[in-house]
Amino acid sequence: MNRVNNGIKLLARSGIVTWILLIIIWKIASLFSSPDFLPSPEATLEGFMEIANNGVLIEDIAISLQRIVLGWGRGVIIAVPVGLLIGQFKTVRWLVEPFINFFRFVPAIGFLTLFLMWFGVGEASKLVLITSATIFPTVINTIAGVAAVDPVKYQAAESLGASWMQTFFTVTVPATVPYIFTGIRLGLSSAIISIVSAEMLAADAGIGYLIYTSRLYYRTDWIFTGIVVLGLIGFLADKLLRVLGNRLFRHYGVVNQ
Amino acid sequence: MGNKTGYAAGGETVPKVRVDHVAKQYEETKKHAKVKVENLTEQYEEEKKGLFFSKNINPSSIFPDSEEEGYVLKNVNLDVEEGEFIIFLGASGCGKSTLLNIIAGFLGATEGKVLLDGKEIGKPGPERGVVFQSAESAIFPWLTVEKNVEYGLRVQHIDKKKRRQIAKDAIELVGLAGHEKKYPSELSGGMRQRVQIARSIASNPEILIMDEPFGALDAQTRRTLQDELIDIWKKTGKTILFVTHDLQEAVYLGQKICIFSAAPNANIIYNLEVPFGYPRDMDNPEISDYTKEVHSKLEQAINIHGKEPVDKSPV
Repeated sequence: MNRVNNGIKLLARSGIVTWILLIIIWKIASLFSSPDFLPSPEATLEGFMEIANNGVLIEDIAISLQRIVLGWGRGVIIAVPVGLLIGQFKTVRWLVEPFINFFRFVPAIGFLTLFLMWFGVGEASKLVLITSATIFPTVINTIAGVAAVDPVKYQAAESLGASWMQTFFTVTVPATVPYIFTGIRLGLSSAIISIVSAEMLAADAGIGYLIYTSRLYYRTDWIFTGIVVLGLIGFLADKLLRVLGNRLFRHYGVVNQ
Repeated sequence: MGNKTGYAAGGETVPKVRVDHVAKQYEETKKHAKVKVENLTEQYEEEKKGLFFSKNINPSSIFPDSEEEGYVLKNVNLDVEEGEFIIFLGASGCGKSTLLNIIAGFLGATEGKVLLDGKEIGKPGPERGVVFQSAESAIFPWLTVEKNVEYGLRVQHIDKKKRRQIAKDAIELVGLAGHEKKYPSELSGGMRQRVQIARSIASNPEILIMDEPFGALDAQTRRTLQDELIDIWKKTGKTILFVTHDLQEAVYLGQKICIFSAAPNANIIYNLEVPFGYPRDMDNPEISDYTKEVHSKLEQAINIHGKEPVDKSPV
């Protein structure tokens, strides 16, 4: 009996129950509407199979993923050192913080048309967009992480003979890892959000493009497919990051929430 | 001298080590106090700059009625001999930790100076090992016990083989052998504090500065660590400066007890030599009488403080 109870709890916790409930509600709701407005789960599955089999979906996913990984990767490579340096030097922080606090409230997509004018309609403008979308949350979190380092750790390092440089690399950087990691995760979600928007406005492939153009053919099932795929990409990417973070940086204080 | 007269040829061995001047040299070092605090005065200041951090004490928030700035410490003088176990005892906020922070080099003195082996101290350095109150804050959670203990040696560029050996000895000294590969998160509070002690000792400091290191531990663990500290002190012969506000701890550990009056303008007003050997049985009537005596002195000390700075002219 206890075992059954535990099994149910485990199922509920894993989110499977939520998904089954959602699909049931979706199914019921679809019974009362036209397939153009709300296609049923199985109609969506059919639509999914159609674009999955003719390769359109895979191509769109591949293109979007490539943009995300390239743009996000660049963003992280730029943002982490920049954040560490801004955090470490008070004067730099005073100089840069107003700028960051101003632009952090402008969604990355707000820059899209500007980037299109500056970098053209090709891949470059989209990469710049995702990169900047990644940079902001990552930099902000990294700065906060440096500020949160326990001063006693600096005192300890200093009294053990560590120089300024040594303290930076052996205390500041490792102590900031959990914050950097959160920043990277937030950066990934904002990268995904901004790339889809960018693909809707200026692209000829990608998930965003798929969702946007399906409207022209009244293929609501493809729109649903696109939405589900997006959700899955985000979910899986974040899960992967969390597992990796937990594996690699457990002792740095990165916890798998 | 022997070989001049030819005795060596007769089968007597020529001494390899000569010990002529040792007694004299010893006397010479004895003349200087290991740590000397001279006329030290520390002001409450808006900002005191260390290398990485600053300490903000706003005098008006401490003495809202006082318009003049007071001093945390005023004209403190202290001589510490090599190998002594000195306790700084006083009420919370009396400035004993401030004095410790100045000796460690985290704070600069407003006036006066601190000498270590006759040389004025500057910024923090491995010759003054510090054991902080909170091991959780002070040790590095991303490093194993071994790597934590090796840290000081690593930043001082001691080669790997040597530092592994030194760390091993230090870990053994504090009783953590077998836990080398563990991370701090896998250790109890008492064990973490041992890691911190081992980390300081590994750098072979001239003096060991300890700021209420056992304050956060449960009574049982505290007593164990106190005993171990006495042991470590005896084995290594280190000079120890130990801050506490716990009377029992002071009497249990200290060779000398410096009692601080209350801030502002705190000073060391009693410098007691504890007339007992180790280990000390706190239930021994002589020792408990002594503890009472120290207690009454401490009570006195707490009441001796200028609510306003001493040199403030009467209204």
